[in-house]
Amino acid sequence: MRGKHAMRSTVRKTPAGSAKARLMFAFKKDTDTRKAYLAGREYYSEEGTTFELRLVQKIKQQQSADPTSRPGYPSSLGVREFIRRATEVALGKSSRAVVEDRVLGVQTPGFTAAVRLGAELLRHWYAVRTVWCGPVYLSSPCDDSLAGIFQAAGIQDIREYYYWDYKRRGICLEKLLEDLTKAPEQSVVVLSASAHYPTGAALSQNQWAQIANVIMRRRLFPFFLLPPQALCYGDLEQGVWPVRYCASQGMELLCAQSFSHCFGLYGEAVGHLLCVLKQKSLLFPMESQADRIVRLLWAQPSAGGACVVATVLGNPAHLVEWKEEVKRIVERCMLIREILRERLRLLGTPGCWDHLTQQGGLYCFTGLNGEQVDFLSKKRHVYLLPDGCLNVSAINSRNLDNIVESIHLALTTSD
Amino acid sequence: MSVFGDVPLAPPVAVFKLSADFREDGHPQKVNLGVGAYRTDDCQPWVLPVVKKVERLIVEDAGLNHEYLPILGLPEFRSASSKVALGDGSAAIKDGRVGGVQALGGTGALRIGAEFLRRWYNGVNNTATPVYVSAPTWENHNSVFADAGFKDIRPYHYWDAAKRGLDLAGLLDDLEKAPEHSVFVLHACAHNPTGTDPTREEWKQISEIMKRRSLFVFFDSAYQGFASGDLDKDAWAIRYFVSEGFELFIAQSFSKNFGLYNERVGYLTVVARDSENLSRTLSQMEKIVRTTWSNPPSQGARIVSKTLNCPELFAEWKSNVKTMADRVLLMRDQLKAKLQALGTPGTWDHITQQIGMFSFTGLNPKQVEYMIAEKHVYLMASGRINMCGLTTSNIDYIAQSIHDAVTKVPQCRS
Repeated sequence: MRGKHAMRSTVRKTPAGSAKARLMFAFKKDTDTRKAYLAGREYYSEEGTTFELRLVQKIKQQQSADPTSRPGYPSSLGVREFIRRATEVALGKSSRAVVEDRVLGVQTPGFTAAVRLGAELLRHWYAVRTVWCGPVYLSSPCDDSLAGIFQAAGIQDIREYYYWDYKRRGICLEKLLEDLTKAPEQSVVVLSASAHYPTGAALSQNQWAQIANVIMRRRLFPFFLLPPQALCYGDLEQGVWPVRYCASQGMELLCAQSFSHCFGLYGEAVGHLLCVLKQKSLLFPMESQADRIVRLLWAQPSAGGACVVATVLGNPAHLVEWKEEVKRIVERCMLIREILRERLRLLGTPGCWDHLTQQGGLYCFTGLNGEQVDFLSKKRHVYLLPDGCLNVSAINSRNLDNIVESIHLALTTSD
Repeated sequence: MSVFGDVPLAPPVAVFKLSADFREDGHPQKVNLGVGAYRTDDCQPWVLPVVKKVERLIVEDAGLNHEYLPILGLPEFRSASSKVALGDGSAAIKDGRVGGVQALGGTGALRIGAEFLRRWYNGVNNTATPVYVSAPTWENHNSVFADAGFKDIRPYHYWDAAKRGLDLAGLLDDLEKAPEHSVFVLHACAHNPTGTDPTREEWKQISEIMKRRSLFVFFDSAYQGFASGDLDKDAWAIRYFVSEGFELFIAQSFSKNFGLYNERVGYLTVVARDSENLSRTLSQMEKIVRTTWSNPPSQGARIVSKTLNCPELFAEWKSNVKTMADRVLLMRDQLKAKLQALGTPGTWDHITQQIGMFSFTGLNPKQVEYMIAEKHVYLMASGRINMCGLTTSNIDYIAQSIHDAVTKVPQCRS
């Protein structure tokens, strides 16, 4: 039992739980049989479960039966074969930057860790002579954890650039370019290469070229987010075009990647950070600094998932099989978006729903406001994130009717 | 011009540089006594039989959920980890005031703990709180706390080079003189790098002062089971402090005792005053994790939790751990015996008195240089050797090399 001299409690009063956690809690307590949770991050199959790609399961079984013993601690920068493949899949094998060996690649335990490592590298080593400490520009809206990651790395000056036009339900390029043009030189700009979270929006190649232009002109630094590569268009190359374009223009950039979604490896935390540098001579110093930072955060990344990804990406037959499975995922998401749009149109639900099919990927910005989202969860047992974002894959033949009807009611019932 | 044009090359990490030099060495009798990982008598890494078994079970489990793990980690893993550290019958666990965070290895656990303390301990964002680490200690301790934002990291007396043992008087004196509420990083057992642990009586003395002076206890527990071969024995210090009513953190690593180095399985156990404090603390730790790696990897945690939560697998694991610990103890006995047989000057009792993976041989830097350059036996400049690097095939060569180093290279430090 406690000793006579119980310690003074050291922890101050701290607020509990996040919005997401509260939502999940409410959903779990909800006893309604029609309840639907549309706020998850993972891809859900038609049966309503996350699942492992068949190919991945096959490879895992092979690897577990492999008698060769594993080495001890892996390098802090990760599994070399994985880094090579992850870099190629983002930049392309024939990318000048890759061929000239001026790309730093680091395996990280997941996507957040990749962003964190990028943030730390920037804070410690970006424009060292000018004692840079920001600003970092994030899209409005963006993943609500992003600002926190940069702040955790010690960068306090976080600003927004105009991105989503709520009225037009699309990206407003003019205002975006305006904000970037006004940004101070050496600002870092965080950009979603495709399938933006939470809006699902994407820019055209022409629009990207304009953005790249401003970035070069104003001497800004691009930090690309590439979480669901291939899940937007079903095509590895299309989703990553802006990264390749900027690299081909000779720009330096950071790019955070995740292999969770497109490999169904959520639990395995497989991420990657790449940094395109202007000269090969910078690779070794940057690597050594990345190594140092990693050693003090997580020491080394975990090996399992990365080995699976490396095996798939490195084998032409596996690659074909994997692309097929991913294509099926993407097509299903597109189909659900079509059906949703059509059903809302048939019901005569107010508003224009074209944006549902104009966006891509897993997430969809419905355009519903906070009150309407609240109505959905409390009165209709349909759970969306407070900003109106929903996970398209969580909709299936069993819950579609209820969801469509609920959205209709949310917009037609007056409060 | 590159925006990274002025980035300097970071200094190499000593232990990994040592391994790199070792790899380049072509000498047939070369030995690596540097890195802290277990090796069998054939000098191979060892995948524990129970781990292989559990891995297969996991792969064949069709009902496995493939979602992101919760931010704080796999629930079964979390409860099992706290239990293995504090014991099955832990009153603190029964009181509902023990919880924790799954982390990326012991390093990740230390980092999360350090980040939390910097934000919420001893005031808000009080980066001036002194953090004490043993002299010497694992080379990363200092930097982990520094990178977490602490500005004042100090050594506390620990190793007495002259008597080759614990400098208890120095340690206790540092505890008395430390500002109240300072954080002390204590090694739960098998101190790295010296292999020298306080006795139970000495732990009691340490505890008494720390309680009196309101010092914060942060245990680093990377070798539970590995030190004596007995999980409970190795956790004695931790359990004593908990029974004395301390609020404390324990950074646990399952890298060594499960041989899961590359799956990054760690845990930060939090023992709080009551369950309300615990939940507030965990809520803040969750926010910290959210901006570090967000969701921890599942594979290693599943292996550990399956093993710890199943009586047969748990028993098998304990016996695997004992196998490793016993081999180390055997090598310690044999090394000491051989040095004594060779008549190597000096006393060598410390080799069997020390515990765990590492031994602080007492060789000085010049003697270490000789060992590496002339004998191709690689060890840390501090004289630290990894006992796991010794095998029945190389122990004679190593003993002879130490003998030569001691007799041919002067004792006095340059």
